Amino acid sequence: MVEQSFTEQLQSQFGDAVRDGDPDAIDRWIEVDTDRLAEVCEVLRDAENIQLDMLNRFTAVDYLHTDPKKAEKADWEPHMELVYHLSSIRFKHTLVLKVMIDRWNNGREGELPVVPSVTGIWRTADWHEREVFDLSGVEFSGHPNLRRILCPEDWEGYPLRKDYELPKEYHGIRGR
Amino acid sequence: MASKTDDQRIIEFDVRTDEMLVNMGPQHPSTHGVLRLVLRTDGEIVSQVEPHIGYLHRCAEKIGENLTPRQWIPYTDRMDYLAGMNMNLGWSLTVEKLLEHQIPDKARHLRVVIVELNRIASHLVGMGAYGLDLGTFSPFLYAFREREKILDLFEDVCGARLTYSYITPGGATADLPPGWLQQCEQFLDQFEPVIQEYHALLTTNSIFIKRTTGIGVISRDLAISYGCTGPVLRGSGVEHDLRFNGEEIYTEMYDGYIFEVVCEKDGQYPADEDYPDVPPEAVLGDCWHRFYVRMLEVVQSVKLVRQAMQRYSTASGDYGVPIKFNLKLPKGEVYLETESPRGQMGFFLVSDGSAIPWRARARSSCFCNLSITAEICQNCLIADIPAIVGSLDIVMGEIDR
Repeated sequence: MVEQSFTEQLQSQFGDAVRDGDPDAIDRWIEVDTDRLAEVCEVLRDAENIQLDMLNRFTAVDYLHTDPKKAEKADWEPHMELVYHLSSIRFKHTLVLKVMIDRWNNGREGELPVVPSVTGIWRTADWHEREVFDLSGVEFSGHPNLRRILCPEDWEGYPLRKDYELPKEYHGIRGR
Repeated sequence: MASKTDDQRIIEFDVRTDEMLVNMGPQHPSTHGVLRLVLRTDGEIVSQVEPHIGYLHRCAEKIGENLTPRQWIPYTDRMDYLAGMNMNLGWSLTVEKLLEHQIPDKARHLRVVIVELNRIASHLVGMGAYGLDLGTFSPFLYAFREREKILDLFEDVCGARLTYSYITPGGATADLPPGWLQQCEQFLDQFEPVIQEYHALLTTNSIFIKRTTGIGVISRDLAISYGCTGPVLRGSGVEHDLRFNGEEIYTEMYDGYIFEVVCEKDGQYPADEDYPDVPPEAVLGDCWHRFYVRMLEVVQSVKLVRQAMQRYSTASGDYGVPIKFNLKLPKGEVYLETESPRGQMGFFLVSDGSAIPWRARARSSCFCNLSITAEICQNCLIADIPAIVGSLDIVMGEIDR
């Protein structure tokens, strides 16, 4: 599969909302602003020379050191990255797309960050977004059915966040 | 039972039916594990299906953030437990991609032998269990007879029959034992003619054809949009196989091998006199086509194993030395997909420079394949639900992780 970058083409349309990621990375990526995400994705799927018609994978990575000593040394501020991996069945090329978001909406702890849903563009995003909502705690605006998918519906917390702690008790079952 | 729903609604004697919610599973035998389907039914007709998953969720990804890559290998076994070797391979290649580690030629061919054998075993279960779903018991016994022999071969290689943890980052944990290649050769010689038995039992069986053709039709665009991969995608006539179209680190394993992508091209499957014909009532993308693609892939895998054994015995190098348990990973993030029997299995690894991944993510092929059920099970009969879900050949361990 050929890795492709369509940054220039996208920049002519979206300007600074699309940027190239780290040029030395093994899998190179492009970074997209949260509010332009849905439009960029639509172009990526529909443009004649791009046709990224499959969303292979979608996931969130939480960047947070719970240990204050390590947090001091880290070269990043706490944040979350949403990583989309796209591929084209026709051209056999792939593209990695990233969206950087805050861990909490407007810095208010407990309020989930909101990102536009891409369910309307790739149907498979439906379950993937539910999974990210369930495990990493990101809300998707415009998602038709945003419920927990792997954990029980009355589960509390978002297990794949780095500051997650197992509940002491769940329906009479000891947690930790 | 591919009849138009319109006909079904004509009710004799003007009896009215009520809508009813029916729970199918999570302990239903034909849901392949712990899948729960909530069906909204009107008589025999299902108007809405809602899959509920998560009953087998074992927090594999969270555990991956607390173990080194080699320690996580046993957890990958337990995801798709019918194709443990393929899962091991996916994770191993991902780690090797991050380390930019080259394995010896011999190890590469050894991996092809093992992985393709596991693909045969996995498709055999898929075939046998599909027969069970449709109410015929004998194909299951025939399939397990042959699968047993593959498991015996694997037992000789690594001591385990289901959760192998054999292929590891850097190569494999051991070389093939002496005399193993002859045993494998014997198995293939015996296995090849048996494939015709399977075709007689299921593929060309008229009851089977009636039960599977024309239902659960997935069109090309729908399959791509839902991210379906593997036999489900190829059953819809999309020519896409990562062994050809994947990333270089994966495709170079198959460099120089002669095999074909099994899918319908221009209305025809790759011609071979031994393959049964496509029945006229089959529609591209229906349950029968998905089953047929699996059966033909078994033949391709047999070819691959034969070639790989030849190359393995003449290749240079050794079986590859596994990386150290606590090897520090370079900083970076990689994603790699491999073609596992059920579709494209992807692993995503983010490393912050320590020995333990910052994030280990498994992209499950069955997860995407299953998500299409709500769409394709609309307005079918209750009896067709096991036929449709079974044709997707899911393993819940992989979906829930």
